[in-house]
Amino acid sequence: METQTASPVATPPTDPPAAGARLEDVTRRYGAVTAVEHLSLAVAPGEVVAVVGPSGCGKSTLLQLVCRLEAPDAGRVEAGPAALMPQRDLLLPWATALDNAPLPLRLHGASRREARAAAAPLFETFGLGGFERARPAQLSGGMRQRVAFLRTLLAGKPVLCLDEPFAALDALARSDMQAWLAGALAREPRTVLLVTHDVEEAVVLADRVVVLSPRPGRVVAEIRVDAPRPRRATDAAVVACRAEALAALGRTGGAPA
Amino acid sequence: MIAALLVLALLGAWQLYADAGGVDDLILPSPTQIATALVDDRGLLWDNFLVTASEVALGIVAALLVGLGCAVALHLWRPLRRATYPLLIASQAIPIVIVAPLLVVWLGFGMAPKVAIIALVCFFPVAVTTLDALGRVDPDTLRLLRTLDAGRWSAFRFAEAPAALPAALSGAKIAVAVAVIGAVFAEYAGSSEGLGHLILQAIPQLETARAWAAVVVLAAFAVALFYALDLMQRHLLPWTRTERTP
Repeated sequence: METQTASPVATPPTDPPAAGARLEDVTRRYGAVTAVEHLSLAVAPGEVVAVVGPSGCGKSTLLQLVCRLEAPDAGRVEAGPAALMPQRDLLLPWATALDNAPLPLRLHGASRREARAAAAPLFETFGLGGFERARPAQLSGGMRQRVAFLRTLLAGKPVLCLDEPFAALDALARSDMQAWLAGALAREPRTVLLVTHDVEEAVVLADRVVVLSPRPGRVVAEIRVDAPRPRRATDAAVVACRAEALAALGRTGGAPA
Repeated sequence: MIAALLVLALLGAWQLYADAGGVDDLILPSPTQIATALVDDRGLLWDNFLVTASEVALGIVAALLVGLGCAVALHLWRPLRRATYPLLIASQAIPIVIVAPLLVVWLGFGMAPKVAIIALVCFFPVAVTTLDALGRVDPDTLRLLRTLDAGRWSAFRFAEAPAALPAALSGAKIAVAVAVIGAVFAEYAGSSEGLGHLILQAIPQLETARAWAAVVVLAAFAVALFYALDLMQRHLLPWTRTERTP
């Protein structure tokens, strides 16, 4: 692939200035349904915060507020530029992995050649080496999520909003991808807001786990995870935090969906 | 294989029916009579085929240009869509026999009125399938592009246009069949050459087999064009043939 050799200077994923996100007393309604109500949440620059809660507690609304796809009905949202990694990978089916990952660069005016040159060096690092020319239909679910994450990273925004990124994967692929994401974030530190329904995933990946109540979503518990990294699901500290988060979820009356 | 058998069976039945004297062979010649005409009149058929084929080819190209242009304009500009969509549909209700003489008056007896008529009947399937596909792009994809700072034009260029391409080609495949009929009608309206002209002349001369031979050539041409577009679709849009595996 000529583009790989034609990149003497590998553009690193642009290191964006550190920025956090802050929601203050935010309410968002959709018609008669109140998705989130009086919700306050702050994510410090460089912090990884996981949000867990029962189904339909407004977790995705939270991310859309931070990404400015939605505006709050009340309250304030202050956040650095944020990139969204949706639950469905939403890769472009006609484009190869090497053209899908740097889509944000193309949208900012880079030529196809420049975009490929920027993305190519990252494929090896992110476990995608050899799949540059594959189209989404030829990739496994896990590989597609890797490409989608790379695309999110290449948006060059300080805040990453990950919306149940591994929900569609089977259990084995999911734990693989959790380890992979932990590694990726260790290499490319970002402010991360991770929405998930998987408490274990939240505890393994995050500095802090925020538990939301059933709709309308409100913060009912915050659990700091101080376990050293890399973490495994079986680490004592991880198990303890997981139990604590599950207990908090149980008190909300909504089962962890 | 099955297609070949089916054609043979149909031809056999037709031959039997014609031999039994079901209809006068001035109305319906038998397959063997048509085959004889195909061979005997091959020079005549070939010369006229070249004329009709170039009319059809140019007409389809014109239809693609106009159809895609219409689809994109109507997609990007909603007021225009609301205002002109009924007109677009109405344009298809106009019988060709009514407009063909008018076009001959305006454009003369040459190639131009034929190309215009073929384009008129072909641009509709192209425009409608493309317009539909442009509007059916996953809204989540468009939202994602917004978070990546894509403007209207970028969203069109990177998501909507490539997503609509397969539909545009499907529209062209539909157009191929009507293009051939359009060419015959156009030549009926006034021409001195082409397969439609040949048919028009053959019938009063009681050369029914020759007219049918021309029909066979037209049908084969339509089939060939269809598969050529199909091949193009596979080569230019390879993602449309790979199954999406979850």
